[in-house]
Amino acid sequence: MALQKKKTPMKEQAPEERIKNFNEVPFGYSDDEAVVEAERCLQCKHQPCVEGCPVHVPIPQFIQAVIDGDVEEAGQILKSKNNLPAVCGRVCPQEEQCENVCVMGIKNEPVAIGRLERYVADYNMERGSDKSSAAELEKMKVPELEGRKAAVIGAGPAGLTAAADLAKYGLDVTIFEALHETGGVLRYGIPEFRLPKKIVDQEVEAIKELGVDIQLNVVVGKSITVDELFAKGYESVFIGVGAGLPRFLNIPGENLNGVYSANEFLTRVNLMKAFKYPEYKTPVVVGDKVAVVGAGNVAMDAARTAKRLGAEDVYIVYRRAEEQMPARSEEIHHAQEEGIEFKLLNNPVAIHGEDGRVARMECQQMKLGEKDDSGRRRPIPIEGSNWMLDLDTVIIAIGQNPNPLLTSNTKDLKTKSWGGIEVNDDQQTSREGVYAGGDVVTGAATVIKAMGAGKTAAENIKNYLLEKSKK
Amino acid sequence: MYKVLKKEKLVPTITKLKIVAPLIAEKTKPGNFIILRVDEKGERVPLTIADYDREEGSITIIFQEVGYSTKKLGKLEVGDCLQDLVGPLGHHIDMEDCKKVVLLGGGTGTALLYPKVKGFYEQGAEVISITGVRTKNLIILEDELNEYSDKLYIATDDGSYGIHGFVTEILKDVLKDEKDIDLVVAIGPVPMMKAVADMTEEYGIETIVSLNAIMVDGTGMCGACRVTVGGETKFTCFDGPSFDAHQVDFEELMNRLNFYQNEEEDVAKANSAEEVN
Repeated sequence: MALQKKKTPMKEQAPEERIKNFNEVPFGYSDDEAVVEAERCLQCKHQPCVEGCPVHVPIPQFIQAVIDGDVEEAGQILKSKNNLPAVCGRVCPQEEQCENVCVMGIKNEPVAIGRLERYVADYNMERGSDKSSAAELEKMKVPELEGRKAAVIGAGPAGLTAAADLAKYGLDVTIFEALHETGGVLRYGIPEFRLPKKIVDQEVEAIKELGVDIQLNVVVGKSITVDELFAKGYESVFIGVGAGLPRFLNIPGENLNGVYSANEFLTRVNLMKAFKYPEYKTPVVVGDKVAVVGAGNVAMDAARTAKRLGAEDVYIVYRRAEEQMPARSEEIHHAQEEGIEFKLLNNPVAIHGEDGRVARMECQQMKLGEKDDSGRRRPIPIEGSNWMLDLDTVIIAIGQNPNPLLTSNTKDLKTKSWGGIEVNDDQQTSREGVYAGGDVVTGAATVIKAMGAGKTAAENIKNYLLEKSKK
Repeated sequence: MYKVLKKEKLVPTITKLKIVAPLIAEKTKPGNFIILRVDEKGERVPLTIADYDREEGSITIIFQEVGYSTKKLGKLEVGDCLQDLVGPLGHHIDMEDCKKVVLLGGGTGTALLYPKVKGFYEQGAEVISITGVRTKNLIILEDELNEYSDKLYIATDDGSYGIHGFVTEILKDVLKDEKDIDLVVAIGPVPMMKAVADMTEEYGIETIVSLNAIMVDGTGMCGACRVTVGGETKFTCFDGPSFDAHQVDFEELMNRLNFYQNEEEDVAKANSAEEVN
């Protein structure tokens, strides 16, 4: 059989259809499509893809199981390293990770590892065979840790992963989550059309079945402090509270009505289900003309959400150029297909209002100069190039910093100037027994990196507790 | 779960609920607030913690039934549970070093004022309380305020009870008559708070207001509640809810509070349709 050079396509909703609903855009592979794609894997001996994955999923092995027709086994292989495979298969930037180093990708398109992961996870979820096997769990269990208490703060990807692994080691794990739902950014940030919430529910359910207790509506730093957790008998704490503090532009007019942070806009729509308003009681207001400032994944999510809420013209306003946009190429492509207009090399300098509401945004054109610290060419304003964009709504998606609520209320926890928690290679903080990982350490990054950090932290917490009990 | 222990209608549209919440009761101080969600489809609503009982593990909220969520909340009976309750949120008011305080509450603002009146009184300050409502049958918490105030002035807009007039008019006299006021605290409708701020500024008396901005998460992650204070953007939920009244941009706050007016009316209509069922 001739080698199939390109990835097996994944069917998806047509753009003109999908902008009218919040259903997931890609449909996922059928059994046949999955096997066809799996057979493109060369089963290389040195397996660069595994190194490219932040949690080191044994990729060729699970793909081989798909070829062998044992999707359940493939699922167990995935679960041995990845506690949230249905999520990762959907939202990982594979082009920068596992698929970036796939040998097939040198001359052709890489193997569609993400799509296969998604296929396997969905297949097992539908059949209820997505739980880790008893044999697998037995293998990870550490008798000395059984029944000892570990606390995890934040139920996002980092916290969920750390909690799942700690429970697998035999610890008594409690997650404390500030919001009324689990998932962190998976719940409030990433929209339904990219990550259906029932997928998040099912992944969380599987983690609960490992014995993890999840306490919602608990704001650590306010409802309870880290010191009090230790006093209550928790022997270690993992902090995975993310980077949830939105950055604003600090330009005139930013507090006009109709200006949202992307966090607020997406939280209203995703967590509070404002897209089902008024059945759900949280409102969100978008007009006909919406500008999203920024060009990361959050910006793409916000723009595509605004379109689905009925906005006619949705613009991405970004101060750099196309090749510097930080969003996944797939999401940029989806946004373009859905009619999102890109106003690149434009920087907002003021928002102007009428009767207290956004009416237009003043943008200044930019050109690219020398490379800056981030290795990207620096945007330089062009004098006298200001112009006006008529708008009803502006959504600011220029990044987030760690929320100081927890760090400012925790004694002796060292942080960096921008608010991130300081950790060593073991994910350990300046306080004994306290570990941290995910966006609260790195600043806004990816789901899988947060999971990788959660995994590393769990392993080191295990070692720390074993060491501690020897003393 | 967050069970309702006690319910009391203070006046037809203002309800007091005592709710089981041991973790919140343990930590609460005057000035803190909670966010609640009545049911699965409900929105997140911020409310001041009006009282708390650490031993019993309960908190008390007092709210005016103005929209969909507060009306639904008002329908809860003893034994019913709230879907979600989180807190205590926001910064509490720093009460030390205050020997003489004037506290003003307008309308339901009085309910939010009460925990501060009690707090200041209990830590030994001389407390002058001023409360104002439209008319006699809307007066709330008179006995409680009396218990924890050295002086209590009650005003009605129509003169049906107490002093005929607005709280700001009483404040004017109090500022003239009383000496050595360390602090003024005002809670109520934005125009009232603004009027108080203007008045005390002339006397150079430190004044704080508790702002009722629109909130979603209440933990500092979205900025829905942002206000301009001293020319800087602050998040009411995280940096507040109490701020230096002389620094607050009240006009901007008022504008932002009105943003969802149409949607609130829609939900109210949808709600009355649901009630028919």
